[in-house]
Amino acid sequence: MNEPWGPHDLGGQEGGPVDLAERDTAYWEWQIDAMIRLSLKKGLISDFAELRDGIEQLTQDDYDQCSYYERWAKSLAHTLVSRGVVSDEQLTKQIENVRRRQEAGT
Amino acid sequence: MTNYEDDKDHDHEHDHSRTFQADHAEPTSDGARIGLALRELLIEAGHYTAEEEQTVIAAMQDASPRDGGKIAARAWVDSEYKKRLLDNGAAAIRELGYEIEPYEFTVMENDASTHNVIVCTLCSCYPRSLLGMSPAWYKSATYRARVVREPRSVLTEFGVNLADDIDVRVHDSTAELRYMVLPERPVGTEGWSEAKLAALITRDSLIGTQRDLVLS
Repeated sequence: MNEPWGPHDLGGQEGGPVDLAERDTAYWEWQIDAMIRLSLKKGLISDFAELRDGIEQLTQDDYDQCSYYERWAKSLAHTLVSRGVVSDEQLTKQIENVRRRQEAGT
Repeated sequence: MTNYEDDKDHDHEHDHSRTFQADHAEPTSDGARIGLALRELLIEAGHYTAEEEQTVIAAMQDASPRDGGKIAARAWVDSEYKKRLLDNGAAAIRELGYEIEPYEFTVMENDASTHNVIVCTLCSCYPRSLLGMSPAWYKSATYRARVVREPRSVLTEFGVNLADDIDVRVHDSTAELRYMVLPERPVGTEGWSEAKLAALITRDSLIGTQRDLVLS
């Protein structure tokens, strides 16, 4: 039979009922979206295919557990680190800063 | 990006420069933190500014199914336009002053014996510039998996019960090719103005998860 190509290859799989709940887009999701568009516009990445490639390389667990914009964020981070736009070290440090700020409630 | 003459109700008073909006839960998942950290680094390094971010977000938030509705209503009242729209969607849409990204755009017409519905099984490609942000269910694993396998039963979940003699066509979008559905013009709307017709057209009818439009 047709085996999926990766976690993204969902067409034709079985599944439960579709959750029809409408959901507002959170502001941080708009920010991720804008970051992707601006990264394209400024030439930090070459095209959407580069990002899709990053998403398609996520592990099944990562793919299943991440929300839509979390997947895009992880893929963009992977791409920009491998292109040297930001370093792994800088990113790790900044993620820690974000976490600390959130935990402090500011 | 497009004409928003009817879009005066959108509130731009909120402060776009804040990292978090008070009315949203804090994005504390690992994936969200990676995104926020990356955003801060890119802004700090001057790759783009917070003002540019606000401009992009405002433009994205302005796009709505009203735009798709206006295009469909034009096709209902102007048969020559409809012909051009079905023949070369991208060119006909640009004709009305909408800027769409350089991809192919195909509009599929519903009629008495055909129902069309769109999906993106591999990702979540969606005609954002004409319909605005895609609904959560469009991006869900279950919709993407099942609508190509059992479209009739998925449509039933949306309240669309298709008679057996109606063909269902499912269109799987890609980054290079987007689709929109042209719903059937409801009976009883003869002589209606284009604007009044456009107001009948819903997001879901342009995706194909709604078939019959309700007269208001």
